[in-house]
Amino acid sequence: MSVFNQSRGRVIQIIIGAVFIVITAQLINLQIFSSQYKLAAENNAIYRKIIYPDRGIIFDRKKRALLENTISFDLVVTPAESKGTDTATLCAILGIDTAEYKKRMLDAIFKNTRVRPSIFEPLLTPDLYAKLTENMYKFPGFVLSERSVRTYPFNTAAQLLGYIAEVDTAYLRKNKHLGYEMGDYAGMSGLEKTYESVLMGQRGIKRFIRDNKSRIQGPYENGIFDTIPVAGRNLYTSIDVEVQQLAEQLLQNKIGSAVAINPQTGGIISMVSSPTYNPNVLTGNARRKNWGRMVMDTAKPMYNRAIKGQYPPGSTFKPLGALVALDQGLITSDYGIGCSGGYGACGGVYVRCEHSNAGHAANLRLALANSCNSYFSDVFRKALDNKKWGNPNQGYLKWKEYMNAFGLGRRLEVDLPSEDKANIPDTSVYNRFFGGARRWNSCSVLTLGIGQDKMTATPLQMANLMCIIANKGYYYPPHFVDSIENERIEDTSFLNKYRTKHTVTNISDRDYQAVNDGMHDVTVYGTASHIKIPGVEYCAKTGTAQNPHGKNHSLFVAFAPKDNPKIAVAVVVENGGYGSVAAGPIAGLIMEKFLNDTLSTAGKATAERITNMDLVPQAIKNWYTRKDAERAARLAKLALEEAAEKEEAEPNREAPKNNTEAILEQGSKPVGNKKDSTEKYKIKAALLISESKKKKMEGRRQ
Amino acid sequence: MTKNKSISQGIDYPVIWLYASLVAIGILCIFMVEYREGVNVFSSFIGGKTNYSKQLFFAGFCVLVATFILLTDSKLFTAFANLMYVFGLLLMVATFVIGKNINGSKSWIPLAGGFNLQPAELCKIFTALALAKFLSRQEIDFSKLKYQLIGGAITLAPAVLSILQHELGLALVYTSFLIAMYREGLPAQILIIGSSFGALVIASLIIEPNTLLIALSVIAVFLIYIARRQAKRNKGVITIIFIAWLISAGTQRFVIPYIFNNVLECYQSTRIYSMVGKDYNCADNVKSMKKQQTGNEKAPRKPDDYNVRQSKIAIGSGGFTGKGFLKGTQTRGKYVPEQHTDFIFTSLGEAFGFLGCFFFLILYIALLFRIVRIAERQRSTFSRVYAYSVVSIFFFHIAVNVSMTIGLFPIVGIPLPLISYGGSSLLTFTILIFILLRLDADRQMVLR
Repeated sequence: MSVFNQSRGRVIQIIIGAVFIVITAQLINLQIFSSQYKLAAENNAIYRKIIYPDRGIIFDRKKRALLENTISFDLVVTPAESKGTDTATLCAILGIDTAEYKKRMLDAIFKNTRVRPSIFEPLLTPDLYAKLTENMYKFPGFVLSERSVRTYPFNTAAQLLGYIAEVDTAYLRKNKHLGYEMGDYAGMSGLEKTYESVLMGQRGIKRFIRDNKSRIQGPYENGIFDTIPVAGRNLYTSIDVEVQQLAEQLLQNKIGSAVAINPQTGGIISMVSSPTYNPNVLTGNARRKNWGRMVMDTAKPMYNRAIKGQYPPGSTFKPLGALVALDQGLITSDYGIGCSGGYGACGGVYVRCEHSNAGHAANLRLALANSCNSYFSDVFRKALDNKKWGNPNQGYLKWKEYMNAFGLGRRLEVDLPSEDKANIPDTSVYNRFFGGARRWNSCSVLTLGIGQDKMTATPLQMANLMCIIANKGYYYPPHFVDSIENERIEDTSFLNKYRTKHTVTNISDRDYQAVNDGMHDVTVYGTASHIKIPGVEYCAKTGTAQNPHGKNHSLFVAFAPKDNPKIAVAVVVENGGYGSVAAGPIAGLIMEKFLNDTLSTAGKATAERITNMDLVPQAIKNWYTRKDAERAARLAKLALEEAAEKEEAEPNREAPKNNTEAILEQGSKPVGNKKDSTEKYKIKAALLISESKKKKMEGRRQ
Repeated sequence: MTKNKSISQGIDYPVIWLYASLVAIGILCIFMVEYREGVNVFSSFIGGKTNYSKQLFFAGFCVLVATFILLTDSKLFTAFANLMYVFGLLLMVATFVIGKNINGSKSWIPLAGGFNLQPAELCKIFTALALAKFLSRQEIDFSKLKYQLIGGAITLAPAVLSILQHELGLALVYTSFLIAMYREGLPAQILIIGSSFGALVIASLIIEPNTLLIALSVIAVFLIYIARRQAKRNKGVITIIFIAWLISAGTQRFVIPYIFNNVLECYQSTRIYSMVGKDYNCADNVKSMKKQQTGNEKAPRKPDDYNVRQSKIAIGSGGFTGKGFLKGTQTRGKYVPEQHTDFIFTSLGEAFGFLGCFFFLILYIALLFRIVRIAERQRSTFSRVYAYSVVSIFFFHIAVNVSMTIGLFPIVGIPLPLISYGGSSLLTFTILIFILLRLDADRQMVLR
């Protein structure tokens, strides 16, 4: 019978062959045509460790580091590998509960998928770090990742330097081509943001082979694919850290801003916006909390008033008004008017003048020194009504051109993000306001002549204006960074705009000299005569801008020395009253510190007096009081609730008095061995309540 | 007894060479899996601590056994075939009493020196011999149903015992004897019906039940339409088609769900479903629910195709030429579970890529075809049936094992012949081959 079935041997061979062909086909499919397995294998077995480079350092003009790097550690988790982690121990170390653990895990998965590492707990304290390193073997999937963190040895210039923070999805979307990844830090404001590409350096990547339990087996391919991190490059700025610190100190308890520029280079020596904050609070793991608190703060400590605050320049505008008229040949430096306490030539609009004695506006120098409103109203009208331009509308446009040339009403392109251009209104604004081009004339906008009306300027623009006047007609755009370490072509092309001299119109030196003389007279016998810089002659102009919301703003612009100026300053103190009261001394001290390197005894006394001067508006103080009270109430409530819970657990204990006084009592009593957090809350609440009460009383006294 | 001049006389050397190279490749593969950098390779090969060194010892032992088999008289095998078969079955039954539990199956008999023996493995040999013995009897006409049933019973007995030992993979191996039986005259219809049934099973897993019912009905109607001429002459055709339709529909509707929910374990159903890319809900599984109620087992986990996925990743990442010897990241990282035994093929696929796999499969095909050729040149039915049994067993192991590593077959725990780590398995395949060689060497001698 076997003979009959001989052909079946062939059939069996065919079956075997067919099965092997199917297997081969699947092998071809898997090994040759499917690339996803290669990727999956790499994801499995190759652990990419990102080596973060040190960020570049920012130095001041004397090569003192305004910020430094220190090492901090992040606890990083790869969710897919975290099976078998001793969750209880980890939660105990971090001081979180299991619900929080799960929430963070979900966050991590949501942000970065389960196979890629995400930060679980950022910026560990040294204590936490020590505890974690001991127990890391219990937490598969978790690693401690090194990161360099900023510290600020001088605790200063927070708004200028900016801060770095973990990039978010919006940032990643915007900067796709730069290769950021979740968990990276990037500059979010200030110089950190503007010079991000310089400071960040280049991340290195080390590749390791790991096994199925994520244990590192060794370098991948002996490290031939590894890249070495390249440290970020340093920035050398024109900031003088001592001047900056002094200016910040002087603006304490005030809302305002100060800008000091070196007119010879355009380098910004100091820029302060008050209130400010200690930059160190935005590093470390309290960052998020502090950031949230500051964002909510009504006084906006993160808001840089020096480039974003818009103030009517007031009388500080007068030198520019004079220059415009001089340039157009409308007046000479000898031009004078008789002012008897006000300007009434416009009929309906009457501009009051602080002075009424005869001859206080007999010529330009006198008018500047005495800050005569009538004089500059008159000069402004002359500029607008100049026959050469046909009508006031055209005259206004010409005037606006001058303003823009002097850096008002446009951005100066300083190397900080989000600079404001303030406002020199266009004619269209007035046309709309008055209801037609022919419905307004030089009288309608008369107060522009004394820096009021709709015109505003930022402190930076005011300081830059001083630079132009000090330089007699040119300026370098204000900036912080003088040079970059190992400057590259793209850096140079960026910095070139700060190294280009900008000439402003062609006003003659003689005209500038007249204005400078006038401004010098301001400091000799004029409105700023009581502010002296030992051994230095300087030029200045005070300003008192009317503030519809409250007390007048105090303004002061100056440059020093009178000849060959080295520093130009603009100071604004909100609600500070006369320019010479609050802003003037601050500007004087800044210039003294910069030029003399130290303050004289008298200067120190003034500094002390100004520092202690409290000009924060009552409204803001009330806001703080309210916030503190709310917080105290919240803490008290929390304490009560916990106490109530405890009470339920131990019914034998005496019932608590159900008001805050009871807590105050308890808080003040020495606590026995009850080591629960309730007590902590109570004491804290009690302290806060007493504090806010004190503040309220102080408020009433004022 | 002139044949005793030399044991090498009449021995088929190609098979020996193929056998030797496959065993060598096997040890190499296990070495790749176990290798760690900085280990003294020579001493660890000798040391006997690692799996590759153990496999080396097994191979040495197999050489001894092979020599011993070649030295015996081939008549021995025919004479003792039935006796050994009974002995094998008794051993398997014995495991229920003295068995040792390894990896959840109580199918091992502990031997001295820490080694364990799996009788089910050895039973393959005995079954092959017994089947050969049965079919070589003069009065047997294998086209008769009676003898077909007896033949089937011989192969099914150890299979049933294996299932009772929870060794599904080993039980499945016994179905491969169908190939040998087919060669001896088992009607082709049985194979065709068998494979159609297989197709039906797969279809009912993949396709939604109602859709499949409609498809079956359409096929039935189509067949009736084609066979309408014959139907006029013979009414039986339509009845047969109708009965076939009824059976198919019943199978897909009731039998298959019953098997998956009531017969198979939850993990087995899950594996089979995951192979066709479906999830199996263990809540439907009666056994797992029972276990849950008695609290013996944890709640059923989600379907887990980790093994297949890692296996496919390892093989797929090898690419065309592979990553190179000892350079497989997945192998070094131990991503593939059981890589030294059932998933040994992955280490090869990752290190040597498609080229390596292809060459490796060619070796296997060469071995199988060589044995088929040996089978066809036998004069005795006993030798031929035995040779085909060897081919069947090898082929089934290779096809199923490789298919499961590349995701073409559900995961069943059967080793890759001569490659996978394991003494029992290596010994079994060695004995299978060398008995064949002994029989083949004596093919001219006797007409059994």
